[in-house]
Amino acid sequence: MDTPTSYLHWGFILISVPNLIVIGGMIVLFAIALVAPFPHSQGGEDVRRK
Amino acid sequence: MSAANSPEGMSPSDASSWTLRTRKFVERNVPMDHLLPQRQPYYVGSWVYVFGVITIAALIWVVVSGVVLSFMGPQWWHASSVGRFFNGLHFWSVQLFFIFMVLHLWGQYFMAGWRDGRAATWMIGVVIFAASILTAFTGYLSQQNFDSQFIAINAKDAMNAGGIGAFFNVLNFGQMYGLHVMLLPIVVTFLVVAHIVMVRARGVVKPIDAEGGTRS
Repeated sequence: MDTPTSYLHWGFILISVPNLIVIGGMIVLFAIALVAPFPHSQGGEDVRRK
Repeated sequence: MSAANSPEGMSPSDASSWTLRTRKFVERNVPMDHLLPQRQPYYVGSWVYVFGVITIAALIWVVVSGVVLSFMGPQWWHASSVGRFFNGLHFWSVQLFFIFMVLHLWGQYFMAGWRDGRAATWMIGVVIFAASILTAFTGYLSQQNFDSQFIAINAKDAMNAGGIGAFFNVLNFGQMYGLHVMLLPIVVTFLVVAHIVMVRARGVVKPIDAEGGTRS
């Protein structure tokens, strides 16, 4: 906890590993949200998918 | 013709009543079936729409834990185990608030959530994002530890270079703490409520179809 974190340096991009993990996790979560099936309640929608 | 039977339902004296005009405006723009709907369109059945709700839930935890911290004070949140727990609760709920606010932003960006008269809703969201960053910044400056001192000492030069150092003094704990626990939370909460009411007034934006138009 008291040691500085490691950084990735690629050209002009400089990012800490924890930040990279958070951003990567957000992208993965966003992709999952797009494709994961959503539980539909019975009769809870205005319009049915045709 | 009585006032109740007039075309607008208002007599000349009623028309000057700001409470009546406000009530009519609210009834016209945010009817209760829009504000608290029991059904949603089918396209709302996606996890992408849950990001905004999680952001609101995180904000509630931020406010609740923040109220407890402000009651008990820095000695408590640094020295006692329960205080450190609430300190952590406040910190991590802020992390979740920002993570899910950005995911909500990505979702709304890719579905062009500003369409069909929703530009003001989008712009208020932008202002909430900016106000939240300022709130988080003043929070980091209010920690009362070496981290907050480090941030303040390094940030003061940026504030001075930006020309706002005289009005926004990051070395002034009282100013930063006052902004963090009073002014900025009120601003963020008020804007979030306005954002939600505007979403409910117009409903969730329809998806973009394969041809680039809006589904009817």
